[in-house]
Amino acid sequence: MKMICAIIRPDKLEEVKQGLRSIGIKGLTIYEVRGKGRQEGVKWSARGHEYGLDMLPKLKIEVLVSDENLDAVVDVIAQKAKTGYVGDGKIFVVPVEEVVRIRTGERGKEAL
Amino acid sequence: MLSSALVFLMTPGLGFFYGGLVRKKNMANTVAACFAIAIVISLLWVSFGYSLAFGPDRFGIIGGLEWLGLSNVGSQPSSYAPTIPHSAFMLFQAMFAIITPALVIGAVVERIKFKALLLFTALWSTFVYVPIAHWVWAEGGWLRSLGAIDFAGGTVVHVNAGFAALIAALVLGKRVGYGNSSFEPSSVIYVLLGTAMLWLGWFGFNAGSALSSNSLAVHAFVTTNTAAAAAGATQMILSLVSRGKASIVTLSGGIVAGLVAITPAAGFVSVMNSMIIGAAAGVLCYFAVLLRTRLGIDDSLDVWGIHGVGGLCGALSVGILAEPSVNGAAGLLFGNPGQLIAQMASVAVTAAYSSALTWLILKLISKTIGLRVDRQEEMWGLDLTQHGELAWG
Ligand SMILES: Nc1ncnc2c1ncn2[C@@H]1O[C@H](COP(=O)(O)OP(=O)(O)OP(=O)(O)O)[C@@H](O)[C@H]1O
Ligand SMILES: [Mg+2]
Repeated sequence: MKMICAIIRPDKLEEVKQGLRSIGIKGLTIYEVRGKGRQEGVKWSARGHEYGLDMLPKLKIEVLVSDENLDAVVDVIAQKAKTGYVGDGKIFVVPVEEVVRIRTGERGKEAL
Repeated sequence: MLSSALVFLMTPGLGFFYGGLVRKKNMANTVAACFAIAIVISLLWVSFGYSLAFGPDRFGIIGGLEWLGLSNVGSQPSSYAPTIPHSAFMLFQAMFAIITPALVIGAVVERIKFKALLLFTALWSTFVYVPIAHWVWAEGGWLRSLGAIDFAGGTVVHVNAGFAALIAALVLGKRVGYGNSSFEPSSVIYVLLGTAMLWLGWFGFNAGSALSSNSLAVHAFVTTNTAAAAAGATQMILSLVSRGKASIVTLSGGIVAGLVAITPAAGFVSVMNSMIIGAAAGVLCYFAVLLRTRLGIDDSLDVWGIHGVGGLCGALSVGILAEPSVNGAAGLLFGNPGQLIAQMASVAVTAAYSSALTWLILKLISKTIGLRVDRQEEMWGLDLTQHGELAWG
């Protein structure tokens, strides 16, 4: 099992959700986060002074998937969250040891 | 003066109403836009706006320059309001002049450049608001001479703003992603907070339009509240029936629609008829918003559907339901069909003039400094790209 953590533009949530639904992925968690990438936010200058805002609002999505589904899910997120401009975000994949579905007590793949 | 203070509150209130409806990334920009408009118009109004709108008439079309910089506008009452200082009347009118362009921008939020918005505000107020206010309200104004009545600005403020908004939405075009991603309101609680401020301020707007603290003011207070409740109730029910749950955004919009519709009529109709006007506005505005959506026009915060259509509904219903026992004027049902004709003429002229001039002004801005932020700026949001500050730090 893998945990896919994707940092995306808040506006892209709807499209990403629909994309995931279309390949049968239902469960996910989102967080409102702030972050910066290589450009370190946005900068502008006026009258010789530099101004900037670095920690910009983003949305973090976490999706837990079985190993077989990993590539399909990563592809869908990458495709749906893309605009082509800087700041489109990142996807991290993290291995997961165990999952428990609380209501039923199921573990592992059954619990996803 | 108390009424002016209440009416002033409406503009920040509108800011919160609008701010709650836009997406989080544009919230600060939207609220701030209303404040910026208050700044621009406050200065413009005392400098020359008031004189051109209400100053001694020239040919029924525009006021003269005699009151430029408020010269001759002092503590002596004017013929507009015999019981209060002239400057108090000027101040009250200033608040109307402020809120009207603020209403318009609801159609183009989340994509208009802040600088373009400032320029639009100044030009629009000078070339659209001021002349229409003169025609309808000033002594010698040609629509007023036709016999059109407008208690507190149904035509000058709401029909005017509503049609300008429709044109503005068409000229600027849709927001990026309109129709294929859901634009979540940043906070329905702010929508309600804004509604509360508008509702409160509207008492000043309508009751204050009696221009003194008399029984007419109390009557306008009661009709205002009744119409707001009736329209809120109809939209709440329509929403319950059509989607199974009562939408908070819809019921807030309903309250505003009722307030808009009663504006021209507050001091002319009976309380029971104000309930009918409110309910009619609730229904008409509800379907106007549906129609607007169906046509795919991105009047983002439904300024046309609520203010344009609500204003029309109110201005025409005063022509039908005005009751001589309330304040002299008689409408169609009280034996005076001419009133309805005068109302129709006034509304038609306002909508046509406002639409044409708004289009011209926007084209002019578009050719010079540009109207819209670029696509990437729109994605980042206007808080960040227009102000370098975020609503939620
Ligand atoms: N190395 C990192 N570690 C943790 N989070 C990161 C890292 N890089 C980016 N992020 C997160 O992803 C968000 C979006 O990053 P962004 O898309 O700007 O990355 P980038 O490498 O600068 O790519 P681009 O050049 O397309 O902008 C950041 O706001 C931050 O939350
Ligand atoms: Mg980056």
